[in-house]
Amino acid sequence: MFKKILIANRGEIAVRIIRACREMGITSVAVFSDVDRASLHVRKADEAYHIGLPAASESYLNITKILDVAKLSGAEAIHPGYGFLSENATFASACEAAGIKFIGPTAASMEMMGSKTRARQQMEIAGVPFVPGTSRGLQSAAEGEEVAAKIGYPVMLKAAAGGGGKGMRLVHSRGELKSALEAAQSEAQRSFGDREVYIEKAIINPRHIEMQVLADEYGNTVYLGERECSIQRRHQKVLEEAPSAIVDPEMRRAMGEVAVRVAKAAKYTNAGTVEFLVDQNKNFYFLEMNTRLQVEHPVTELITGLDLVHLQIRIAFGEPLPFTQDEIKIRGHAVECRIYAEDPDNNYFPSPGKITLLLAPSGPGIRRDSGMYEGWNVPIDYDPLLAKLIGYGTDREQAISRLQRALNEYFVGGIKTNISLFRLILNDPDFHAAKLDTGYLDRLLSNRKTDRVSENAEIAAIAAGVFAVLDPGSAASQNGAGQQSIHDEKRADSAWKEIARREALQ
Amino acid sequence: MIYDVRIEGKNYRLQLDRIEGRWACRLDGREISVDAIMARPDVLSILVAGKAYEIKRERTALDTHLWVGSERYSAELRDPRSLRSRKSGAEDEKGPRKLVAPMPGRVVRILLRERDQVDAGRGVLVVEAMKMQNEIKSPKNGVVQKIVVAEGANVNAGDVLAIVE
Repeated sequence: MFKKILIANRGEIAVRIIRACREMGITSVAVFSDVDRASLHVRKADEAYHIGLPAASESYLNITKILDVAKLSGAEAIHPGYGFLSENATFASACEAAGIKFIGPTAASMEMMGSKTRARQQMEIAGVPFVPGTSRGLQSAAEGEEVAAKIGYPVMLKAAAGGGGKGMRLVHSRGELKSALEAAQSEAQRSFGDREVYIEKAIINPRHIEMQVLADEYGNTVYLGERECSIQRRHQKVLEEAPSAIVDPEMRRAMGEVAVRVAKAAKYTNAGTVEFLVDQNKNFYFLEMNTRLQVEHPVTELITGLDLVHLQIRIAFGEPLPFTQDEIKIRGHAVECRIYAEDPDNNYFPSPGKITLLLAPSGPGIRRDSGMYEGWNVPIDYDPLLAKLIGYGTDREQAISRLQRALNEYFVGGIKTNISLFRLILNDPDFHAAKLDTGYLDRLLSNRKTDRVSENAEIAAIAAGVFAVLDPGSAASQNGAGQQSIHDEKRADSAWKEIARREALQ
Repeated sequence: MIYDVRIEGKNYRLQLDRIEGRWACRLDGREISVDAIMARPDVLSILVAGKAYEIKRERTALDTHLWVGSERYSAELRDPRSLRSRKSGAEDEKGPRKLVAPMPGRVVRILLRERDQVDAGRGVLVVEAMKMQNEIKSPKNGVVQKIVVAEGANVNAGDVLAIVE
């Protein structure tokens, strides 16, 4: 086995991988930027090296610096985590050239899956089901109109190099197509430096369901079941679960076999995820392949009993898969909440800062993968994901109730988090009925009732007074909005008593 | 002590005193049996007529929320002897207003200059945190009186960015 592995990442995922290394008796090497000296991954690792400025391009995305640390520390392999360099083919090639094993697929597989149109062409050869459309960029609006007439409106225009909703346009009729195409092309050019745009039939209210695959370096490829990832906001996943409530064993086998075909067509090795759009009639269409470990991998680990990071490391070391497809059994249900440093009162904008209080849940069926601790200052420079809270149970209902119970115990003070959002989702009847699609969360938030007068509001009122009596030096209150009246000089650090006194003197 | 407490926009009059280690509590005139201890800073254990509650206080530079179990309530507490605080809402429309940073971040763009006319809701500057850009909007119609920060500056939550008059 490898003796030493460098983790080219930060936050909860770096901690997750360091833990796997420790379990396997492998020395872990962390890297950190200026603002991450006090981050949890640096505290947990066996070795840690500074790699530069806070900007990711100067640190976690800097291939030369990371390879220098790998050589200096004698690391034999690099785990890239997710994000940063995890899907960067240049980095995978550079590792190979430096004689360091990249824990992930080959650069060639990554390149093939990196371009949506190229991936689509290859997948068509492999007989993978697609949303009807073109697998090449559109040459003209006339060509777009012709294809759209064939597949039927509404259609979606998408940037070939795209992601995150950039360069995408929904077109309802022929009249809208030409201007939408021009807008999508120029947005694609601005965002990705590539104006190639293709066309697809638009699937209305789709589900986003993905299939985990695992492939060793000897051509053995298996699927580990699906994850339901339809609960999204700004194209960012918020809550995931496994298995999906709408996928039965037959559909799972069909999707799994397609996912394995996709992986084999890309000569894929290590852990990967094949994403599908699923329409209201449960037809599923290939969307893209993510060539990395996913944020939401724990839900798959809980229902399969496997450790994906251990397996990734074993595969990278050259071990064959230790099981066959028939030996993989799905048991129970798992739901993951992504705890973000986001302000629910300010449209879920990021809210970094110092964590003054952290109460963490535990107990039956709860897993918490976290990168934060009390006293830590969440830096402004990176992704707002703080931790993942995962509930596991014998069935969906139990997993949900355990998660609700754990969310009750979870508290992060000093900064704002989206924990209250999960209470809203987990109490929602449509969520309980598993009536989900990618528009679910936006609808839930826009229909949200604002009148919340209940018995507990009175308890809160009493508590506000108790705090004032027992902790008189502490904060009073504020207007809450992003603006203040200039007359109100009060600040969170000044007691309201003082204000009263000052105002009385004026 | 008498407090005016505002929870999720609803006002309560709270009379709360501690006499020889026991609590005396009246909420909007009703007497309520309360026992409370502070388990640690920002965490209370409250017993109300035998029912147990854990209260957690979420404090940021801008505002305070109280969690009762898993329910989150915005909370403001005022001393009723302070006259201004009770009618601050009406007075806010007049006079200069500060624009403050709702979260720590970096000022990436300043959209208006001093003396520029501005309508309520129009963006004055942009603060970036965690790869997301947040437009800080004018709370009122008026004139940009002062821009306090420069492009590229790091700011903390609650820092004044500009003043609109």
